[in-house]
Amino acid sequence: MADFDLELDASGLNCPLPILRAKKSLSGLEAGQVLHIIATDPGSVKDFEAFAKQTGNELMESKEEGGKFHFLIKKA
Amino acid sequence: MEQKKLAIIATKGSLDWAYPPFILASTASALGYETEIFFTFYGLQLLKKNLNLQVTPLGNPGMPMPMGMDKWFPVALTALPGMQSMMTYMMKKKMADKGVAGLEELRELCQEAEVRLIACQMTVDLFDMNPSDFIDGIEFAGAARFFEFAGESDICLYI
Repeated sequence: MADFDLELDASGLNCPLPILRAKKSLSGLEAGQVLHIIATDPGSVKDFEAFAKQTGNELMESKEEGGKFHFLIKKA
Repeated sequence: MEQKKLAIIATKGSLDWAYPPFILASTASALGYETEIFFTFYGLQLLKKNLNLQVTPLGNPGMPMPMGMDKWFPVALTALPGMQSMMTYMMKKKMADKGVAGLEELRELCQEAEVRLIACQMTVDLFDMNPSDFIDGIEFAGAARFFEFAGESDICLYI
C-alpha cells in the first residue's frame, strides 16, 4: 500500500458513516494529500468508487485484505 | 460544475422511516449536494429534541421479526400491548450491533453539513406543537418555501 498522510478507521461502521467520516477527514487535508480508509462494510467498495467519481477526489487504490477493505483517496 | 440540489419531504415519524431522509441528506451533502428537508405531518417528530421514535410490526408484513415470528406469530397478536416497545427495543439493539448510526448522530451530521431543515408551520399549528420542543437551527415555513428550493432541485424525494 502506497504512502498516505492520514488514516481513518471506519471498521464496524455501516452506511453512510464511512463516507461521512471520510468526507470530514478529507476536508482537513491539503490538495494532493492521501487518506487511507479502513472499513468492514462490504457496501463501502462501491460507495467509495461512487464517492470519488462524484467529488473528483481520486480513488488510488481499493482492496480487501484480512477481511477488511482498504481505500486510498487523494484529495483533489 | 454547478452544485447539485436535493430536496426531500419527510412525512413519516417512525423509527424505521426516520432513517432514509437523514441517510440520504447527509450522504448527498458529502457528495457536494446542497440539500434541504421539509418535515411535515408525522415527519415533524424527527425534529424533536427528544427523539422517542417507535417501530411497529402492526400492518407491516415486510418487517423481519425475531425468531422468525413473522412466519408463525398470528398477525392479530402483534397488536398486543408491549409488542411495539419490544420491537422498538429489538430494532435499536440490532442497529447498534450492526454499526448503523444513531438518528441523533445522523441528524447532527446533517446539521454540521449545512443541510437545511424546515418544519412545516401548518402542521406545528395543527397539532399544537411547541416550537421549543424542536432542535435549534431549523426554519419554520410553508409549502411555497419548499417549492422555492425544490423547483430548482435535481432530485426531489417524498419519503
